[in-house]
This record gives sequence, structure tokens and C-alpha cells, in this order.
Amino acid sequence: MNAATHVFRSTAGARRGERAIFWLFRAATWFVLLCGAAVFLNIFVKGSRTVFKAEAPFINTTFLTEAPESLYIFEWEGKKREMGDREFRAFKEQNPAAAHVATESYVYSAGGIWPCIVGTVLLVVGSMTIALCLGVSAAIYLNEYARDGAFIRFVRLAILNLAGVPSIVFGLFGFGMFVIFFGWNVSLLAGWFTLAFMVLPVVITASEESLKAVPKGFREGSLALGATKWQTIRKNVLPYALPGILTSSILGIARVAGETAPIMFTAAYVVRDKLPWDVDRLGDFFFQGVMALPYHIYVVSSKIPQNDYTERVQYGTAFVFLFIVALIATSSILLRNHLRNRYKW
Amino acid sequence: MVNAAPATMETRPPAPPSAPALAAKVSPRFPAVAAAAASEGRNVIVDIDDVDFFYGATQALHDITLGIEAKKVTALIGPSGCGKSTLLRCLNRMNDLIDGTRLGGGTIKIHGVDIYQPDVDVIELRKRVGMVFQKSNPFPKSIYENITYGLRLQGLKDRRKLDEIVERSLRGAALWDEVKDRLQASGLGLSGGQQQRLCIARAIAVEPEIILMDEPCSALDPVATAKVEELIQQLRSRYTIVIVTHNMQQAARCSDRTAFFYLGKLIEYADTREIFTNPAHAQTEAYVSGRFG
Ligand SMILES: Nc1ncnc2c1ncn2[C@@H]1O[C@H](COP(=O)(O)OP(=O)(O)OP(=O)(O)O)[C@@H](O)[C@H]1O
Ligand SMILES: [Mg+2]
Repeated sequence: MNAATHVFRSTAGARRGERAIFWLFRAATWFVLLCGAAVFLNIFVKGSRTVFKAEAPFINTTFLTEAPESLYIFEWEGKKREMGDREFRAFKEQNPAAAHVATESYVYSAGGIWPCIVGTVLLVVGSMTIALCLGVSAAIYLNEYARDGAFIRFVRLAILNLAGVPSIVFGLFGFGMFVIFFGWNVSLLAGWFTLAFMVLPVVITASEESLKAVPKGFREGSLALGATKWQTIRKNVLPYALPGILTSSILGIARVAGETAPIMFTAAYVVRDKLPWDVDRLGDFFFQGVMALPYHIYVVSSKIPQNDYTERVQYGTAFVFLFIVALIATSSILLRNHLRNRYKW
Repeated sequence: MVNAAPATMETRPPAPPSAPALAAKVSPRFPAVAAAAASEGRNVIVDIDDVDFFYGATQALHDITLGIEAKKVTALIGPSGCGKSTLLRCLNRMNDLIDGTRLGGGTIKIHGVDIYQPDVDVIELRKRVGMVFQKSNPFPKSIYENITYGLRLQGLKDRRKLDEIVERSLRGAALWDEVKDRLQASGLGLSGGQQQRLCIARAIAVEPEIILMDEPCSALDPVATAKVEELIQQLRSRYTIVIVTHNMQQAARCSDRTAFFYLGKLIEYADTREIFTNPAHAQTEAYVSGRFG
């Protein structure tokens, strides 16, 4: 073996080190993947027992389209029967003898979660609209108009700190500010603003990054053609930043949809039979509380006695929740990709 | 002719007292040769008079006095960092966009109007003084939308009129034949040279009087460069063009007048032929012959 080949030969120790590092990272990745898979599989397997059923139409439409009811279980003519509240009442009318039958009852374990689905979708759409309007405006101001100085640096720092505030604090803030001080009561509006404030830091920071990523040449080119600053931003900066802003808001959507603490005091009802559009005046729409999926999960899993029947609802709700978040996120990703293809640079 | 500067110094506003006067005493001053000559019998459209320009505390331009003539091509040459771009960007006030910049002294007049007066409408100014950038910057929109961008800003919506101007501008920028079949395709799908000509077309679409070009060919290959130069030849009859270039041959080929800058000062300004064949200053000669810079 001559000297030249020897130079290129790595020592066995170095190679072992490389392999160890490689396996360390690989193991870490697998571990994360495994944890995620365990959570999802668990919810999927147990949840699908609630959401799907064996006979046509295979989807448990009651669960998806009706309000929660109490479940009554009793023995009748030697058979065990399970009935929701309304069904049981109708049953008793037909069979007067059933009025005195011994029943076990479980709250929220029959019926469905339709009002929660509606409430969560409304909360997400409203709060993201507010968060995007406020957040993008703030980002435009910070990135395009404000001159860097002590004050602006302070504002940025404040925004960063806001991101670290626990969601329960936002909930209490919303309660004090919107519910009590503004007198909005427990309402959609109060929930929207509370949730919007919670995701604002994410939206502002990400919007600012997206605006920064738009090349300076586009701004200069536009201004050199006699555009005002606002025209330039509106026509030649913001459209190109939108895909990035949307990407960030996808994370925001998941957060807004999933947080329980901020809506607990501001927007969520434990139970409400009326659907949000059952209002007399349009104005009332904004000042009504709603049911929401994460809060419903919280209630059925920690506020009522636990048993097999409540567990079914918990897993079913979690399953539907994940599905809805995935749905909203997917549509924003599609929208983003559409915009990205339209303005590529 | 050599000492045009003192005369202008007296008419200056009192604002910046020390810098130029001091510089005149301390360092041997590079005399601005052409300053006075420029105003005699020439059709000066941009009158730059004794301009000092600052980026924060650093002075980038010192006592620049220079008259740019209508319907001529004026080349600005000089080594890197000598302030060519800075001067060019003063003419449409693009420097306003950079924080901390200011015109420390002197005036820039276009058609006799001081463009740095507070009552000047910068938007209107930039419509009249178009700009083509070193790095071509077509917008990520269709070719058609690129050209109509400036017109739409002005509120022009008539589709027929827009079509007409798009064709005229693209023809004017010698690009029509290459892109007429794909006006709706993205401007970014064009080659580098085509992109730069698209930017020129975009600039002339709003019918400016003056077109500023900052090293328009520096990112182009020789063939594309030749096309842009050819285009400049065609445009010179209708527009006043100020072009910054590092390419001596380009300056010699394209321009009528050439200004040579060094370290933020105007060393020599004369007919291009003069500068390249018989420069008055040793520095100019050294630079144009490639011995320094
Ligand atoms: N944004 C800025 N902030 C601070 N100083 C600047 C800025 N832009 C330019 N300068 C300084 O001003 C001087 C002139 O710069 P300018 O860009 O006008 O040079 P130039 O002649 O165009 O050079 P080049 O040929 O390399 O483009 C340089 O010393 C430069 O460092
Ligand atoms: Mg330059």
C-alpha cells in the first residue's frame, strides 16, 4: 500500500462515529414518527367505530348530523335496549309500561356532535379572518412603512413574547375584555377575537417573513413606473407574499381549531341545541355562544362520569375533529399552491 | 471653463456650510470641466447643479455639476463605487426609498423645476423619468400585464388602447416579434436579454421623457447586449437616455456625451468622442484605456 492511497482511507474509528451519528438521527426521526402514528392510529381505530358502521350507508349519520343527547339503557322484554333521549320519550308514549322501567342514563352519549362541528368551523373561519386582516396589516406596517428604531424593535419583541403566552391566559383576557368589559357575553364574537389574538403573533411573524422574501426589485420597478407605495404593496408585493402568509395560517388554523382554553370562557357552551343560524335577527348571530369540538372532548372526557359509552363519543369526536382540521388545512394548501403557481418567481 | 464651481457656490442655499468649501481648500479639487460649457447652446433638460449627496454620514457625491441634454444618450462611467448609480437614482428620487439619504446641497432641475422641492409630486416625476435596472426585474405576471402595469396605475382600462400600447412598446423595445404569440405567458419565462428588453418596453409604455438605465447589459451575453444597444440607438431619437455602464466600448458606441466619475466627483464631462480620443484629464485617459479602475 503506498502513501497516496493511505491518505484517502478513513480510520475505522471515524467511520464508526459517522455511523453512530447517522443512526442517532435516524432513530430520533423514527421515534417521532412512531409516537405520531400511535396517536393517530389509536384515534382512528377507536374513532372509526363511532363514525362508521357496518351496514349502509356505512357512515353514522346520526353522530354527524344530530345534537348530543342523553343515552338511556334499560331492559325491555328480556332484551337490553339503548336509546337516545328523544327516542326513549317516544318509546315511553307508545309503551306506557316503560315509564317505570329501571334505566341507566349517560349524558351526551347518544345523538351526535353536529352543533360542535358547526361551532368549530365558525370559530375557525371567523377568527382566522380577523387574525389575517389584523396580522397582515401589522406585518405590512412593520415591514414596509415603519422605520427601524427602538420602538419598532420593542413592538417585535412584544409580538414574540405574545407567542409564548399560555392559551388559558388568552382565554381569561378574552373573558375580561370581550365578555365582561365589552359586554359581548359568551359569544362567537368574543371567541373570534380571543382566538385571533392568540394566533396573531404567528400570523404577523410569518407574514413579515413572506413580505421580506419578495425581491426588492419588484418594489423598485413598480415605484419607478410611478406607482404609489400603497399601489406597489397592493399590486406588486402582497400577491406574491400571499402563499407564504397562507402557509403560516395553516398552522394557525390547527391551533385555533384545537385550543380549548381560549374558548372555554368566551365562546363555548357545554350544550346548546339551537344551531347558530336559528336566530331572530342577524345581529344575534354574533352574540351567541356555540358548541365546539375541542371543548366537547374536554367535557365528555373530564366533566362527566366515565364509561364505555362516553368513550365512544370522545374518540368519535376526536376523529371528526382531526378530519375537519385536515380538511381545512388541505383546502388552504390547495389555495396556496394555486396562488404559488400563478405568481412564481 | 475650468473653474465653474465657485460661481455656483455663491448661489447655493446656506444649508451645508463646510464640506465642499473645506474640500476645495484641503484637497486639490477635480475641476468640473464641462459644467459651464453644457449650458451654452445646448438643449439641457436635466440641470444638475453642485450636488452633494449623503448616505447617512457618508458623502457619496461631491459637488456634481452636469447638464444632461435632451434626446441624447449620456453615459456615466467610472470605477465601482464612484457614485454613478447614486447620481442616476437621484434623478427620479429613487434614493428617497433608502433611509437616511439626503441631498446635502445643490439642486437638480428638470425643465427648470427643482425636483427636490417639497411640493414636487414624486409619482408624477417617476412617470416622466423612467428607469431600467441593472438586474432585470420583470414582475411575475404575464408579459401583457408587465407592460400595462404602469398604464393601469394611471387608470387606463380601455382594452383596445392597452393592446395598442403593448404592441407599440414591445415593438419599440424590439421584442414584439419574439413574444407576440405568448403575451399571456409569464414575463419570467423569457431569456435574460428578453427580460431586460421587456423592462425597457415596460418603461417606455408610460411614455417617459427621460429613461435612466443602470448597467442594463451587465447580466447579458454579447448577443443580448448587442440587441439592447441597438435598441438604445433606436430610442435616442425620442427619449433622453442616461446610461451607467462599465463597458467602455458600450459607452463609446452608444452615447453622445460621457461623464467620468471618480470617488464621488465628476472628473470630466464632454462629448463621447472627446473623452475617448482626447481626454482632458490623465485619470480619464487612464480609465478609458483600461489602465485603472
Ligand atoms: N444604500 C447605501 N447605503 C450606504 N452607502 C451606500 C449605499 N449605496 C451606495 N452607497 C455608497 O455610495 C457610494 C457610491 O455607490 P454607487 O452605488 O453609486 O456606486 P456605483 O458607481 O454605482 O458603483 P457600481 O459601479 O459598483 O455600481 C459607494 O461608496 C457606496 O458604498
Ligand atoms: Mg451602480
